Amino acid sequence: MDTSRSASVPAVEMRGIVKRFQDVVANDRVDFTLLPGEIHALLGENGAGKTTLMRILYGLYHADQGEIWVRGQPATIRSPKDAIARGIGMVTQHFALVPPLTVAENVILGHTSGIRVDLAEARRRVAAAAQRLRIPVDPGARVRDLSVGERQRVEILKALYRGAQVLILDEPTAVLVPQEVEALFASLRRLRDSGLSVVFISHKLHEVMALCDRVTVLRQGRVVGTVSVAETDRNTLARMMVGRLIQPVSRPAHPAGHRVLLRLDRLSARDDRGLLAVKEVSLAVRAGEILGLAGVSGNGQTELAQVLDGTRPAESGRVLVDGQEVPTGDPVALMAAGIGRIPEDRHESVVAELTVAENMVLEHLDEFVRNGTLDREAIHRHAARLIQQYQIRARPEDPIRTLSGGNMQKVILARVLERAPKVLVVAQPTRGLDVGATEYVRGKLVEQRERGAAILLISEDLDEILELSDRIAVIYEGHIVAILSGEEADPERLGLLMSGAALRAEARPPGGM
Amino acid sequence: MGIRVERAPAPLWIRPLLPLLAVLLTFVITAGLVMAVGVNPFTAYYYFIVEPLAGRVSAIEVLVKATPLLLTGAAVTFAFVGGYWNIGAEGQLYAGATAATAVGLLMEGVPSWLAIPAVVLAGFVAGVLWALPPALMKVKLAIDEVVTTLLLNSVALFGVSALLNGPWRNPISQWPQSPEIAASAIFPRLIPRTRLHLGFLLAIAIILVLWFVINRTAFGLRMRAVGLGPRAARFAGIRVERTVLTAALVSGGIAGVAGASQLAGIHYSLIEAISPGYGYTGIIVATLGTLNMVGVALAALFIGLIDTGAQTVSRALGVPVYLGDVIQATLLLVTLSVLLFQFYRIRWGRRAG
Ligand SMILES: Nc1ncnc2c1ncn2[C@@H]1O[C@H](COP(=O)(O)OP(=O)(O)OP(=O)(O)O)[C@@H](O)[C@H]1O
Ligand SMILES: [Mg+2]
Repeated sequence: MDTSRSASVPAVEMRGIVKRFQDVVANDRVDFTLLPGEIHALLGENGAGKTTLMRILYGLYHADQGEIWVRGQPATIRSPKDAIARGIGMVTQHFALVPPLTVAENVILGHTSGIRVDLAEARRRVAAAAQRLRIPVDPGARVRDLSVGERQRVEILKALYRGAQVLILDEPTAVLVPQEVEALFASLRRLRDSGLSVVFISHKLHEVMALCDRVTVLRQGRVVGTVSVAETDRNTLARMMVGRLIQPVSRPAHPAGHRVLLRLDRLSARDDRGLLAVKEVSLAVRAGEILGLAGVSGNGQTELAQVLDGTRPAESGRVLVDGQEVPTGDPVALMAAGIGRIPEDRHESVVAELTVAENMVLEHLDEFVRNGTLDREAIHRHAARLIQQYQIRARPEDPIRTLSGGNMQKVILARVLERAPKVLVVAQPTRGLDVGATEYVRGKLVEQRERGAAILLISEDLDEILELSDRIAVIYEGHIVAILSGEEADPERLGLLMSGAALRAEARPPGGM
Repeated sequence: MGIRVERAPAPLWIRPLLPLLAVLLTFVITAGLVMAVGVNPFTAYYYFIVEPLAGRVSAIEVLVKATPLLLTGAAVTFAFVGGYWNIGAEGQLYAGATAATAVGLLMEGVPSWLAIPAVVLAGFVAGVLWALPPALMKVKLAIDEVVTTLLLNSVALFGVSALLNGPWRNPISQWPQSPEIAASAIFPRLIPRTRLHLGFLLAIAIILVLWFVINRTAFGLRMRAVGLGPRAARFAGIRVERTVLTAALVSGGIAGVAGASQLAGIHYSLIEAISPGYGYTGIIVATLGTLNMVGVALAALFIGLIDTGAQTVSRALGVPVYLGDVIQATLLLVTLSVLLFQFYRIRWGRRAG
C-alpha cells in the first residue's frame, strides 16, 4: 500500500447514502468520512440509523442511493465478502461464531483455501496473529466455553486476521463489564496507532469521550454533524443526539423504610452446566430502597436474577417476600407474592410474534377473560392506556418484534410497574438503550423507590449502580463479598472488589445484610 | 440494473396472495411433465381445477375427499400452533379407525344416537392414547417428537395389518378386512345418493371450535405464546409442558376422529388402505393453510379438488392418477419456498453501494 497517499485519502467515504425500509427513512443522504488511523464514533438515539449505515458499508444492506469510496477507489459492496475483500470487517451485536468449534477454527472458518485444513498449522497461525495484535485469546479453547467478552475478542481477531483495515464495532461495550471495556479500549488504541480505522457505535458518551478521535452524530437518519472529540463535551453531544438537553436522573434523599420486603437467605443456585453459580447469598432489601448488585459478568448475577424471576429453581436457601417464603422456579408464585420482574434479556421475556397488547397481558391472562373467552376489547384498552401512560411509540396491535429496544423495554416496564409490585428485581435495565430511554427507565426506577418498593438492581453498568443505589452489594464468584453504602462507594473501590482482588484485604464479613 | 433479494418483511397485502402464487408456480413447473405424457397442460388443468366443480356430483365428491384432510389438517395445525411437531397424525388416524371399528362392531341393536357418538368418541380416545407416549417423552424427557411420532406411524400400520390378518380377517372372503360395523353406527349421508356423510359436518364443526379456542380463549393465547416463544411463555408463568401436552393430545384425538370418520362414513369395515396418507397430507394442508384454521379449511378443500381432479383428468385424458400426486408434492415444495418470501423482498433497480 502507498502509505504516503493513505495518510490524506480517507479510509472510507460514504456519500449521500439513502436507505428506506417501507415508510421509514433509516438513512437520509448521509455523508460519512473515516480517516486512516482514527477511532470514529457513531452516535445517535435508538433508531437513528447507525446500524443501518454500517450494515450498508459491510454489504449486509444495499443503499437505495449514494456511493462508497474505499481508500480513494469507488467501491461496489454487495455482500460481506466484497467488504472483506476491501479490508472492511464488522463485529455485529450478535456474534457469528460456531460455539462447538475452537477459537482457531472459528477464525479461519471461511478463510481457507482448498479442502484440507491443517488445524495444527491454523492454530499456530492464529496464535501468532493474536500475539502480534495483542488480543489475548486462547486459540485452542472452544467458543462455547468463552465469556461474552472473550467471544468478542475472537470476532475482532477474526476480522483482523482477514486483513481488515477498517473495523466496525456495533455497540461492542453493551455486553462488557468495566474491566473488559478497559481492555478493549487499550487494544483498540494500540490498533489505531498501528494504522487501523475503527468505527465505534455506542450509546455511552463517556466511552466516546475517552476513546474516540472524532464523532458523527445521527438523528432520525440524518447527519447532525461531525465533530472532533477534543473540541466537544458530553452535553453538546447529548444535545446533538436528542435535540434537547438531558439531565441526569435526580435522586432525592429519602430514608429507606424499615420493613424488609425482599430477603434472600443463604440462597444457592446452579448454572446451565450444573456448577454452583450463586453461593449462599444473603441479602435484604427494604421498602423504599434500591440495592445495587455490582459484579463482573459471569459471577452469578444472571443465575440469581433467574432464580428471582422464576425461570431457575434455587439449589438451596430461601426467598422471602415481605416475610413470606416463596417457592423458587415458579413465576406465578413469585408474581403473586409481589415481585415485579425486569429480566436481563428482553427478548426472552416477550413473545416476538405476538402483539404489544397480547404481551402486556400474558402474565395475567385470567383477568382478561369474560364468559370463558378473551375480552379483546379490554386487552386493547389496557394496552392503549399503558402505551399512552408510558409514552411507548407503538400501536397495541403491532407485533412486539417491530419495536425498538427502548420501546420494548418500556412495554416490559409498563407491564410490571402497572401492578405496583412490592419488590422489583431489575437486571440490566438500560442495556442497549439510548440516552433518552435510559434516562426514562432510571427515572421510573427512582419513582418506584419513592413509592416504597424494594428494588434489587442488578447491573454491569457501574455508573448506573452508582447513580441509583442506596446501598451496593458486590458479587464475586457467586459470593457477596461486600456491601457498601452509596456514599462510601466509588468506582475504584467497587472495581477492586468486583475483581476479587480485595477479597483478602477486606477480610471482615459482609457488613449488615 | 439487477434483481436483488434482501431480508426485509414483505408488505402485508402480499401474504394472502402467496398461496395463490404457489399454485400458479406449481402449474408452470409441472406443465412440462404434463406435456411429457402427451397432454396439453391447459386442457389438463381445466380438468384438474374447473371440471370437478362444474358438475354437482363431482363437486360434492370434492367435499368427500376434503373431509379427512379437514380433520388431519386441523389436528396437525393445532399441534404445530402449540409448538409440538406432530408428524404422527397418520398413526393416530389408524388408531382411531381401529378403535372405531371395535366399538362399531359392538353396536348391533344400539340406536344411532348412541352408536355414532360412541364411535366418534372411540376414535378420539384412541387417537389421544396413540399420541400420549411421544408427547410424554417430549415433555418429560425432551425426546424429539418429530422422530417418535413419525416412527409410531409404521407401528400403527403394522398393528392394523396384524389385526386384519389375524383376529379380524374376514371369515368368508379371507381378505384382510374386518367385518362391517353395525348399521346403526354408520354415519348418515348428508345428501342422498352421494358419499357425503356426517363426517364432513363434524370436520367443519371441529375446525370452528379449534379456531375459537386458538383465537378467542386464554388457553389459545397461551398455546400460541408457547409455540412462538417457549422461553418467554415460561417467563410469563405459563405451564409450558402442560400446554404442549394438551396441544399434542387434542391433535392426536382429532386425527383419531379422522380415522373414525373414514371408517363409519366411507368404508364401514377396517382395511389397511383406509388412509392413503391423510395424516401426511394433513401436514401439507396445515402448511398450505399457514397454520390458521380458515387457511386449513381452504387448503383441505383445494387438495380435495386436486384429488378429484386427478381422477377426472385420468378418466378424461387417460393420464396416470400419479400425476396428481406429483403435482401435490410439487405444490408443497413450492409453497414452502414461497412462504419464505414473506421475510424477504425482491427489488429491481439501480444498485448502489
Ligand atoms: N431490516 C429492517 N426492516 C425494517 N426497518 C428497519 C430494518 N432495520 C432497521 N430498520 C429501521 O430503520 C431505522 C434505523 O434503524 P437502525 O437499526 O439503523 O438504528 P440504530 O441507530 O442502530 O438504533 P439502535 O441504537 O437501537 O441500535 C429504525 O427506524 C428501524 O426500525
Ligand atoms: Mg443499532
